Amino acid sequence: MENTANFAHSFQTWLGIGPLWFWAAASALVIIFGIALLFAGFASYLERKISADLQDRIGPNRVGPVGLFQFIADAIKMLAKEDFRPQGADRFLFNLAPILVVTGACMAFAVLPLSQYLIAADINIGIFYVLAITTLITPGILLGAWSSNNKWSLLGGMRAAAQIISYEIPVALSILPVILISGTLQMGDIVHQQGWVWSGAGASQFHFWNAFHNPFTFFAVFLLFTGGLAESNRIPFDLPESESELVSGFATEFSGIRFGMYMIGEFAEAFVMCAIVTTLYLGGWHIPFFNLESLPILLPSFVVALIQFGVFMVKTLALFFVCMWLRWTLPRLRVDQLMAFCWKGLVPLAIFNLFGTALWLWLLKGKSLAQIIFG
Amino acid sequence: MLVVGAFIRPRGKKTKLGQMTYECGEQPVGSAWIKFNVRFYIIAIVFLIFDVEVATVFPTIVTYKDAVANDAAGLAFAKIFLFVALLFVGLLYSWARGDLDWVKGIASTSQKKK
Repeated sequence: MENTANFAHSFQTWLGIGPLWFWAAASALVIIFGIALLFAGFASYLERKISADLQDRIGPNRVGPVGLFQFIADAIKMLAKEDFRPQGADRFLFNLAPILVVTGACMAFAVLPLSQYLIAADINIGIFYVLAITTLITPGILLGAWSSNNKWSLLGGMRAAAQIISYEIPVALSILPVILISGTLQMGDIVHQQGWVWSGAGASQFHFWNAFHNPFTFFAVFLLFTGGLAESNRIPFDLPESESELVSGFATEFSGIRFGMYMIGEFAEAFVMCAIVTTLYLGGWHIPFFNLESLPILLPSFVVALIQFGVFMVKTLALFFVCMWLRWTLPRLRVDQLMAFCWKGLVPLAIFNLFGTALWLWLLKGKSLAQIIFG
Repeated sequence: MLVVGAFIRPRGKKTKLGQMTYECGEQPVGSAWIKFNVRFYIIAIVFLIFDVEVATVFPTIVTYKDAVANDAAGLAFAKIFLFVALLFVGLLYSWARGDLDWVKGIASTSQKKK
């Protein structure tokens, strides 16, 4: 919040016109969408490169150094394609659907704590906001599917809706243990509490990474990651678009930049999902045995911000790599297996984790495993 | 993005064949706007219940840390447990009733009619 407010204020004093709220909204939009689109593009490049590596190919290597600007070339290509709308499609909904998907995925970037100093908006309902805003993607996909008046799309869209809403339950339930532990919804605070502090006053507030807080949270990481994979429609849960059976499902009739927007939304969501797991369970910008938040005494804050950003990105991209890895390892699930896996597997396990963590906190007076071992 | 695209993309010819809904080259038969299977409806209802549950349990969860610090964790735990466990029983019920099964066998449909 502070960052965007500062930006807005400097804009207003610089140009001398316009109300503050306008500049606040404008700078927030530019920052969020700028960052989100850049990351989504980079993620699409990574996906292609890593897939190529796993299949012993070279992958994109022509545009820019090691093909790094491939996603920009892709975006230009998509912009230059014909804007196709099938006969009998619902015009308004067809236009609206990709916008909803992109908005839903990109707005979640606003609360990602990239570093101590780099949070676009550290609002006090951070994680709740992520849950709420990413829900926009479901109507986006469903409307897109329904409005294209195509049977493949409709099937894919219905599957997508059923899948995404079902997997939202284990995801939400796997987020709850973290909130039990940290007692706040603010992303910055959640990460801050996962720092490593050896001793001294107030050391009891810090409980290392939430993933290693107790056995239940260690288990919850996997649930959250699996649920997140399904929510962002990644293989092995990519039934909504499955190319081979549904001709890319809800996106069948979308072409050019509208299809591009769906893709951007999807990559942004996959990235957000990895970042959320990092933030909640894997300590965000923290590294073991040393608290990076104590650095500002020695170094200027932007250097610290860069280091923390680097740590955060390494963790997030490592998770993203696991996504790719799974993509080329596992076959696609069947639709009934998918739903059974969610409702009969993940949901009961997530509830069990929630109770387990609550009991642990109650019986051990809120101490984490690290605190017990190291005193 | 959409605005920029509108300026630079080609204005393809709008032929009848080109605008047709894609169905692997076959002539599309009828509209895709049909009545859809009820199984989505039940999943959606179960989802709705659980999502509201998560949303309503959030305040208690957030204050749980304070409760632990003030030795009132037992009460808070009981509250969460009662609330979530009740709904979990609901999930078990719809599980036993076969609402969570995607492929509905003949047996389960005939059971429901009784």
